[in-house]
Amino acid sequence: MIRTAFVLAGLGLGLAATMAQADPIAERQQLMKGVGRATREGAAMAKGDAAFDAAKAQGIFKTYADAAKTMPTLFPETSRTGGETTAAPKIWEDQAGFKAAFAKFEADAGAGAGVTDLAGFRAAFGAATKNCGACHEVYRVKR
Amino acid sequence: MLLLRRLLVTLVLLAAVALGGFYLLTDPRLVSPAPEVGALPAPDIENGKVLFAAGGCASCHATPGQDDRTRLGGGLALASAFGTFHAPNISPHTRDGIGNWGIQDFVDAMAAGVGRQGEHLYPAFPYTSYRLMPPKALADLFAYIRTLPPVEGRAPAHELRFPFNIRRLVGGWKLLFFEGGSFRPDPARSEAWNRGAYLVNGPGHCAECHSSRNGFGAIVPATRFAGGPDPEGKGFVPNITQDEADGLGKWSKEEIAELLKTGFTPSFDSVGGPMAEVVRNMAQLSDADRAAMAEYLKSLPAVATPPRPQAK
Ligand code: HEC
Ligand code: HEC
Ligand code: HEC
Repeated sequence: MIRTAFVLAGLGLGLAATMAQADPIAERQQLMKGVGRATREGAAMAKGDAAFDAAKAQGIFKTYADAAKTMPTLFPETSRTGGETTAAPKIWEDQAGFKAAFAKFEADAGAGAGVTDLAGFRAAFGAATKNCGACHEVYRVKR
Repeated sequence: MLLLRRLLVTLVLLAAVALGGFYLLTDPRLVSPAPEVGALPAPDIENGKVLFAAGGCASCHATPGQDDRTRLGGGLALASAFGTFHAPNISPHTRDGIGNWGIQDFVDAMAAGVGRQGEHLYPAFPYTSYRLMPPKALADLFAYIRTLPPVEGRAPAHELRFPFNIRRLVGGWKLLFFEGGSFRPDPARSEAWNRGAYLVNGPGHCAECHSSRNGFGAIVPATRFAGGPDPEGKGFVPNITQDEADGLGKWSKEEIAELLKTGFTPSFDSVGGPMAEVVRNMAQLSDADRAAMAEYLKSLPAVATPPRPQAK
């Protein structure tokens, strides 16, 4: 009885783990889409098209930092192709460089975590968004 | 017997004429005469710097593996369907670069694809687009390059498969596919449109990546700008005509200009691959120049993306 429970629990855990990784491509694309949405908000504020809001501004950097933490775990060997991924083979050839690029993105986002004024926001936002093109240049390919 | 001999002689003669004709027809000065430079005003080095950025010269000619984009030592390997090209040293080094070149030599290369020894240059060097720059603009560009540091060392020789390793054959290619001549403005269009058309088709050489090519590596005119496989074989370059489905049909002028300045698309994706460096270069142009390019791109007819080659 107890053993069955253990086995079941084990199965459940295993299942949960596979569920989380069920579709790493869709998951990483969703994360990046979120980063894109946050960037749209940020660009509007930086340009003055939207009023500066400290809470929103800090939220943008949190979205970046969270994505930077999770992203590197979503590239298992089995997800090189499929699902209209734009991930470049270079990700798997240069795992160290890829992870370092996310570490830098996370650090730059961290620098903006406590912004309280527009000037500070602009500077931190400018620095953090330099990472987008820099990483996409090397680790992404349109197919 | 006599008849046979006559036939043979005729054939040999014909072959000789054909060969001679081929030789003549592929003579670099004949196939693609460069414009005469003549007398020019003092060069405008600032304009040369803008053209250097717009032309993305550093993307191919900067020494790989170091960050200084003004060290034009060459050596970058460019994969292609014909083999591997190695971008040459175009720094002002007198022995290894183009430090000994005169302005006419430079114009020959940029506007006619003819090297200093009078040889044909391969169109992997996009002179097919750069030729639209008039001699005055090329003189400005040349003057700017001469202010950059001389870099020692030569690039390895190209590694091309037979028969592509025969430079003379480029003469035949030029006869079929190369059109010379500087940019001619369209008086019916606005000044901004003309400036945009010049920047996009000339120094910007956008079509060199954003088009598909035929078996000889020449851009297919009907699908110019409608996207195509990356020339280096990595992925697919998107359609930038006014096609609604895949192209820029739904983009505003401001959104196109924004992309050229910051790399962000209207959905706040950030362009990657080789376009990332194009954006860093275009960011050095003026807002007016980027707006002009957007103006021109918005005037392109919608062309559907040609079928993609099967992914490997
Ligand atoms: C360290 C690398 C890295 C950084 C930094 C990065 N990205 Fe990405 N991004 C990727 C990769 C890899 C993909 C492709 C994911 C896939 O298709 O599998 C991607 C995809 C995207 C997508 C497309 C998602 C989809 O499929 O619809 C958007 C939008 C995007 N990124 C926006 C951004 C923005 C904005 C930033 C900067 C604020 C940024 N990214 C920073 C690596 C990065
Ligand atoms: C897409 C890559 C690419 C770009 C961009 C490019 N070049 Fe080149 N260039 C080449 C290649 C490859 C060659 C060698 C061609 C050959 O050997 O026939 C070359 C040759 C040349 C030569 C002749 C050098 C010689 O020794 O004969 C000159 C001059 C030159 N390029 C200048 C430029 C300038 C100026 C720009 C920017 C406006 C530029 N190139 C942009 C790839 C490029
Ligand atoms: C060296 C090759 C190259 C050159 C030159 C080049 N592009 Fe691109 N371009 C690309 C690639 C590759 C992409 C796809 C990048 C991505 O989305 O990650 C792209 C994307 C774009 C996009 C975004 C399209 C979309 O649907 O997302 C636009 C707009 C664009 N290019 C315009 C231009 C213009 C204008 C020029 C000339 C000034 C130019 N490009 C020159 C390779 C090039």
